[in-house]
Amino acid sequence: MAIAAVFRTCPDTGLKVHSHAENLIKANAVVAVIFLAVGGFFGLLVALTRWPAVHLLPADAFYLVLTAHGANVLLFWILFFEVAVLYFASAILLNSRLAMPKVAWGSFVLMIIGAVIANVAVLQGESSVMFTSYPPLKAVPHFYLGLILFAVGMLGAVLVFFATLVIAKDEKTYEGSVPLVTFGAITAAIIAVFTLASGAVILIPTWLWSMDLISEVDPIIYKVIWWGFGHSSQQVNVAVQVAIWYAIAAMVLGAKPLSEKVSRAAFLLYIVFLQLASAHHLLVEPGISSNWKVFNTSYAFYLAVLGSMIHGMSIPGAIEAAQRRRGLTQGIFEWLRKAPWDNPAFSGMFLSLILFGFLGGITGVVMGTEQINLIIHNTMYVPGHFHATVVAGTTLAFMAITYLLIPLIFRRELVFKRLAKWQPYLFGIGAAGISLFMMGAGTLGVPRRHWDITFTDAPLTVEMPGTAFLMMGLNGVFAILAAIGGLAYIVVVVGSVFFGKHRDEAVAKANPVIFDGGEAVTQYGSEGTIRIPGTIVLVAIFFTSFVLYYFVNWKYLSEVWPLR
Amino acid sequence: MAKSAKKAAPEPEPGDIPFMQRLLDNPFILLFIGVTVPTLIYLVWGVVEVAQIPLAK
Repeated sequence: MAIAAVFRTCPDTGLKVHSHAENLIKANAVVAVIFLAVGGFFGLLVALTRWPAVHLLPADAFYLVLTAHGANVLLFWILFFEVAVLYFASAILLNSRLAMPKVAWGSFVLMIIGAVIANVAVLQGESSVMFTSYPPLKAVPHFYLGLILFAVGMLGAVLVFFATLVIAKDEKTYEGSVPLVTFGAITAAIIAVFTLASGAVILIPTWLWSMDLISEVDPIIYKVIWWGFGHSSQQVNVAVQVAIWYAIAAMVLGAKPLSEKVSRAAFLLYIVFLQLASAHHLLVEPGISSNWKVFNTSYAFYLAVLGSMIHGMSIPGAIEAAQRRRGLTQGIFEWLRKAPWDNPAFSGMFLSLILFGFLGGITGVVMGTEQINLIIHNTMYVPGHFHATVVAGTTLAFMAITYLLIPLIFRRELVFKRLAKWQPYLFGIGAAGISLFMMGAGTLGVPRRHWDITFTDAPLTVEMPGTAFLMMGLNGVFAILAAIGGLAYIVVVVGSVFFGKHRDEAVAKANPVIFDGGEAVTQYGSEGTIRIPGTIVLVAIFFTSFVLYYFVNWKYLSEVWPLR
Repeated sequence: MAKSAKKAAPEPEPGDIPFMQRLLDNPFILLFIGVTVPTLIYLVWGVVEVAQIPLAK
């Protein structure tokens, strides 16, 4: 086949774009957004049910909808979008053809079949086992089969990604080391292999158990291995979202990392240690030693936290250095004040970075401390934490990069630009509110996953403080705000993809969406400066918050569990 | 011409490339590390701990 028939030249970057890669990015991104819409709708129903004054759904429907919400947003939305990012970071950024397009399309179809089967199983009403599906809760066999098919499809996509790296190196489509964003994608793909292998190891016997082909699945063994899948899948998100933060900073502002080597070392810390955080789900499990718990969640995992803190300084630092290079040197924060806050790609990225760090990052370390974990284990604090990481962090970062993928890959101009400008703020503030108020309710003892926090029919009564009801009500209010932000995203994306003005070479030249042809995102290189006073102030505020919050929790523990 | 596909410079000798860069430039060694470490420290160690819990009599 002639090269010209399968490649186009991007008018914005000058990169060759392989048609299979482009079509697969489009297909995976579109399907991801569909699952976001479905899962987000279920999420709104969950929040309106947990709002005590509304209490929308009956108990049976609540657990069904909660299961559907978890599967659609934590797995299907996120992983379809991550496949799009993997193909973008390999074939597009490396200027290469995509390896094995037939395998890539086969994987895509398998993922859709798996996701649809799992959804059908849940909606049939016999599989309300929630995202974790802990035995002895048993779903119908096709629920597990759907998840297994989805995981196998995802594994195929990861295989295509690695094969594309080999082809790009072999065909010398780039020189030296891969760009940092591609390295972040490699990190995500590696974590994905561990994640999917763990899923296969535990979901296949659970599927056999659901068909009565084996007699039992040990619940604690299940928990250990399942969390290698369930939590590590969220660590794939972390790696991809950090890669996206670097990508947007580079594409919108031409920002290079402060030190490419240090940022790569931070990703290496992710590769080795990030998956170990899975153990924090088992911190109150009897029968497992504190050695295993503390080594995994503290000693080893803190090295991954170090990686996150390096990224957390490097990315705003890179933005500050790039802005200062362009003359925005007045005072400490002129670079930040005059950042492109009306560009939804930038505002979404920066909000995602701040919310992930302050709300998700700090609380993640608190949760991962064995002693403090006792205060909040299995309370609303847990979904509060992961809504900060996965919704305010990952989902907002994915939304932000969409505003660049639409002009660059779909080759359409954005429609409803005013709505697009406000969308990251609506969604970000909504997601931040959800996280904060869930965590507040959890600190007051509100259990997670429970239909009725008053325990009306329970033999022992439980009295929650009035503040807990207020927190759950505010969670509902901010869930509505986040849903409006999510709906705005879908309206802008669907409207732009179907009705946006076609972006030909003339439009691309007249209205460039990326800085300097995207050189900073496709090449190895560093800003090579630490003259970043504004970022140092931000980092100081972060550390002060971190230390204060950490010790406040120890103080709180000493009050609820006095040692005499 | 793509930004990352500039005219090829002379290939450096393997000995010229620092160990860490060679490590970070090899996704398959990283894949091996990234799968082996959590498999041993999290999965294998965790399952051994659970398997050692004595059965109730």
